[in-house]
Parts: sequence; C-alpha cells; structure tokens
Amino acid sequence: MQKLIQWVDERLPIVDAWNNHLAKYYAPKNFNVWYFFGSLAMLVLVNQLVTGIWLTMSYNPSAEGAFSSVEYIMRDVEWGWLLRYLHSTGASAFFIVVYLHMFRGLMYGSYQKPRELIWIFGMLIYLVLMAEAFMGYLLPWGQMSYWGAQVIVNLFGAIPVIGDDLSLWIRGDYLISGITLNRFFALHVVALPIVLLGLVVLHILALHEVGSNNPDGIDIKKNKDENGIPKDGIPFHPYYSVHDLVGVAVFFFIFFVVVFFFPEMGGLFLEKPNFEPANALKTPAHIAPVWYFTPFYAMLRAVTVDLFGLPAKFWGVVVMGGAIAILFVLPWLDRSPVRSIRYKGWLSRIALIIFAISFVILGYLGLVPATAGRTALAQVLTVLYFLYFILMPFYTRMEKTKPVPERVTG
Amino acid sequence: MRKLIFGLFIAILPAFALAAGGAGVPMDHIETDHTNKESLQRGVALFSNYCQGCHSTEYARYKRVAEDLEIPLDLYTDNLIFTGAKIGELMKNSMSKDMAAGWFGAPPPDLTLEARLRGESWVYSYLRGFYKDESRPLGVNNVVFPNVGMPHVLVGLQGLCAVEPHIGVAPSVEPLSGNINNADACPEYALEGSMTPAEFDQAMYDLTNFLSYMADPVKVERERLGIFVLIFVAIFFVFAYLLNREYWKDVH
Repeated sequence: MQKLIQWVDERLPIVDAWNNHLAKYYAPKNFNVWYFFGSLAMLVLVNQLVTGIWLTMSYNPSAEGAFSSVEYIMRDVEWGWLLRYLHSTGASAFFIVVYLHMFRGLMYGSYQKPRELIWIFGMLIYLVLMAEAFMGYLLPWGQMSYWGAQVIVNLFGAIPVIGDDLSLWIRGDYLISGITLNRFFALHVVALPIVLLGLVVLHILALHEVGSNNPDGIDIKKNKDENGIPKDGIPFHPYYSVHDLVGVAVFFFIFFVVVFFFPEMGGLFLEKPNFEPANALKTPAHIAPVWYFTPFYAMLRAVTVDLFGLPAKFWGVVVMGGAIAILFVLPWLDRSPVRSIRYKGWLSRIALIIFAISFVILGYLGLVPATAGRTALAQVLTVLYFLYFILMPFYTRMEKTKPVPERVTG
Repeated sequence: MRKLIFGLFIAILPAFALAAGGAGVPMDHIETDHTNKESLQRGVALFSNYCQGCHSTEYARYKRVAEDLEIPLDLYTDNLIFTGAKIGELMKNSMSKDMAAGWFGAPPPDLTLEARLRGESWVYSYLRGFYKDESRPLGVNNVVFPNVGMPHVLVGLQGLCAVEPHIGVAPSVEPLSGNINNADACPEYALEGSMTPAEFDQAMYDLTNFLSYMADPVKVERERLGIFVLIFVAIFFVFAYLLNREYWKDVH
C-alpha cells in the first residue's frame, strides 16, 4: 500500500493534496454549530448527483412522456420512490443549508478581506443553484412545473426592446413546450452540474489558500508556534472530519424524517398542483414558486408603480435581480474594522436581525396570494432588505466596536 | 374569429369551475388508513364497478393493486378486470378520451393521483355532495364541485338527495328533544337508494381510502422502512458523538 501511494505520488502529488486540504489544513478550533453547513452542503450535493444520475436512467424528457415516467419511477422502478424523494427533498435541503451557510458568513464577516473571492464564488454557486433548481422543477411536467416556468421565463419579457425575443429564445417556442423541457433537461443534468462542481472546487481552493474564518473573526495565522502552526488551529482531519460526522448524523435524522414521513412537506417541497400533468389550456388558480424562491418573488410582486415610462413588472425584475446582485458587493460595503458580530456594535446587530426577519417574512408573503395589505408589507420589507446593504458602509463605520481578543475564545 | 374566441373561452371554462372548487368549499374531514386491507378491498370493488368505466388510473398496474391489497390474482382477474386486460397491464380504461369529451364536455380525469391533488377529505366530500338540480344537463349538481360535468353514478346506492346536502356540518344533538341533527348530510331524498346513509358513508370512506392508496401506494412500506432508517441514524449518531469526543479530548 505504502509503495503504491509512493508510486502515484511521484507522478501526481496526492500526499501534498491530502496534507494541504485535510491532514495539515489548520482550521480554527472554535468552530460552532454554524460551521456544519458547509460540509452539509457538500453532502447534499453528492446526494443530488447520485440520486439524479439514477433518476435519469428511468426519466423520459419529453412532453408526452415526462409526467408518466415520473409516476413510473414512483411505482414500477425498484426503489424509484426513494430516489425521487431523496432528490426532491434534497433540493429543498440544499437551499436550507445554503441559506444557513450564507447567514453564518453574514454573522461572522466571513466575506471580509481576504475572503472576498470565496464569497463571490459562493454567490456564483448560489446563482447556479437557483438556475439548477428552476430547471429541475420543470422536469416532472406537472401543472406547477409548467406554469411556474411560464411565469419565470415571461419575466425576461419585461426587459425593454429585447425582452420578448429573449424569452422566446429561452423557451425555444411561443410557450413552454416539449422543446423547453428538452433543453432544460440538458442544462439541468449536464451543463449546470459541471459549472456547479467547478465553482465548488474554486470556492474550497480559495478558502484553503487564505484559511477559514471563525466565530471570533480572528486571523489565527497571526499567532503561530515555533513549527509555523497556528496556535489556535487544529488539523481539519481528523478533528473536523469526526466533528462533521456528528453534524451529518443530526442532519440525516431530520432529512429522513421528511423523506420517509412528510415527502410533500405539506405542499412546500412538492406542490399539490404538480400531481396533475401540465396543461397549457388550464391556468392554476394560484401560482406560487417553490419556497426557496419566494422571498425574491415577493419582492417582484411588491413593485407596483410604473416609472420612467417603463412598466412596474420591469422594475420588479430589476428589484429582484438587484436583491441578488447586491450580495456580490457585500465585501466592499462592510467597512467595520472587526469581522464578527460578536465585536461589532449594536447597529450592526440590529441591522442583521431586521434583515433576517425581513427575508423570512418575504418568503412567507411570496407563498400566499397577494392582497393590498400584504403587498404594502412586502414593500416595506423590500426596502428594509436593501437598507441593510445600502446603509452598511455608514453604520459599520459609525458604531463603536468592541476590542477583539488576541486568541480565539470558547 | 368570434368563433375562435368563443372556443377559447369554452376551453378555459373548466379552469374557472376548478377555481371555484378549489378553496373555500365545504368539506367533511377524514383520516385514511392504508393498513385497513378490508376497507381498501371494498374500495377497489366499488372503484372497478362504478368508476373505472370512465376513469382510468393509468399510472398504476392491476397486479400491484391486487398484491398490495392481498387479493388473489385469479380472483382479481375474474372479478375486477372487465376489459380483458392482462393483470400486469396499466389500468387504462376502455373509454376513449375523444368520445368521452363528446359525451361529457371534457374527458373524465385520470384518478391515479386525484387524492393527492385535491386531498382525501375533498374526495370523500365530493362523492357525498351530489344533489338533484333540474337546471343541469344531467339533472344533478354537486356542492363540493359546482356545475360538475359528472353524472351521479352512485345514485342506485345513495339515492338522490332532493336538496343541497350539508357537507362540512358536523352532526349535533338537540339538547331538548335529543334529536340528532345532520346525522345524514342529506336531509331529504328525491329517490331512495339501496344503502342506508350510514352504509353509504362507509362505502364512500372505503372508496376514498382506496383512491388515497392509489395516489400513494408505497406509503405503508415507506413509513415502516423510515422507522428502521431513523433507528440506524440514531445509533450512528451515538458512535459519531463518542468518536468525536474521543478525538477532541486533547484539544484545549
């Protein structure tokens, strides 16, 4: 065995890779529960890839056969129901862990210098993930698949001049059809997963270059012992590999409760109208995107005024796009001398709490039909969402921060 | 052009009817039980005899149903397959969709996933929601699905309710007389059926239970398996926790 490793290592630096990324990658020893979600996101990604490959073996990507092939998987394929529920629940689980992972970054300033690139790669992952989820949702070819895709693709039509041609180009047809289904299938199972995997590699390489942040936001590389090892660092393997195993167990427990007992999750993970095949002549009474898109959907609907001769729908798309785009520049909005929320002032804390609450309530508002009152609330919350970012350069500089300790705490 | 617009309008009409049948309709709530094999067997008998002439369950196979419901295959083939289909085939009915559309205005929907699409309580309430309405082409209407295009197929069993049945109203005891109000959702019959109201409600429960099974046939097996998976994960957690504690002993 030793000889084999040596033989390979002379031709490919596997020992170096193992050391750089696992055995001698020194991570701060004070990670808390928020630091489980990165590795859990990897776990869910693997789940999606594996179950996805097996689903592809029995799925039929055509307008005529898609819906019945999903039921064929559910009824006739050995363990097909399990593969499908793992995949459908995994999609929602992916967004849950990614949202928590991103919130961790906001709390502890993980996007600050020198980790700007990690944050940007992460945001690109999030963007591709949204595209992946959106295209995957069309594949079962149910009513909500169909009309959800119709609504989202039509959004591109709001762009002046090129809009209509653009949405036509995306659909490949005048309405969502088998042609759209085929191209979404290709993108969902081949193109986007490749991009996603590439971005994950870049995300981790960039992380391992500068090292992990921690709940104190302290740079552990400033305090090294005589061997050049950070005093507050411990090797990722075995310490965090066994640590993450505990997180995996807890995650799997919750995940399997959903998969085996509540696969529809009350219509949140699998929407009820999707148990009816797509019908271009029959619009469902209420079209709602899957829960992970609803905060942005609520922002889209919150914009109700025409401006500069352009329709409200266009500005809604601008707001929705802006809500995601503004996250990209976050590293340059935060002017605080400290990273972690533990040592930032109360302005930053209140801003983060308001931001998080706004996002969650917007998520709820995007699920339910709009009323005048709800739209007004969504408008207020949309403004609060943006204020968190727009005011950040000011409140992070104004507030009094607490002194950051030399070494990590607890 | 006008004809085209009118045609499109007619095509969209069912959507309006559906919208009306979606939210805010009265419903009697029930809990289905896929482990109650007798109920499911009575349900499939009703379904084969009264529903399957028009409605397909084209994503399911006869054989799977027979096996899951513990009905011997030869018994099932002899008594519950009327089209000469083989037991391993999908449960497609003999009525052609085009002809059905001509007769009823729209082809009867496939019912494989109906209980999951609309909910079990909806199905149970709908089946008990028919009443006499001479203004409708088929002489009947439904309180759960107003202006539905389906005839009251079970009229021979239930009879025909003369007025709108009180779906979604729980039975109550009148304190002075001791009379039970609304024990039967239908207060007055225009035609008598072969079943008592209680027998008919039980039959509709069985039929709904079967449709619920049809929509999610793996439910019992899934939940049985889920218990073992969770026990395994719980044991795995204990070992992962202990392993973690052992390693982290020397981190200070």
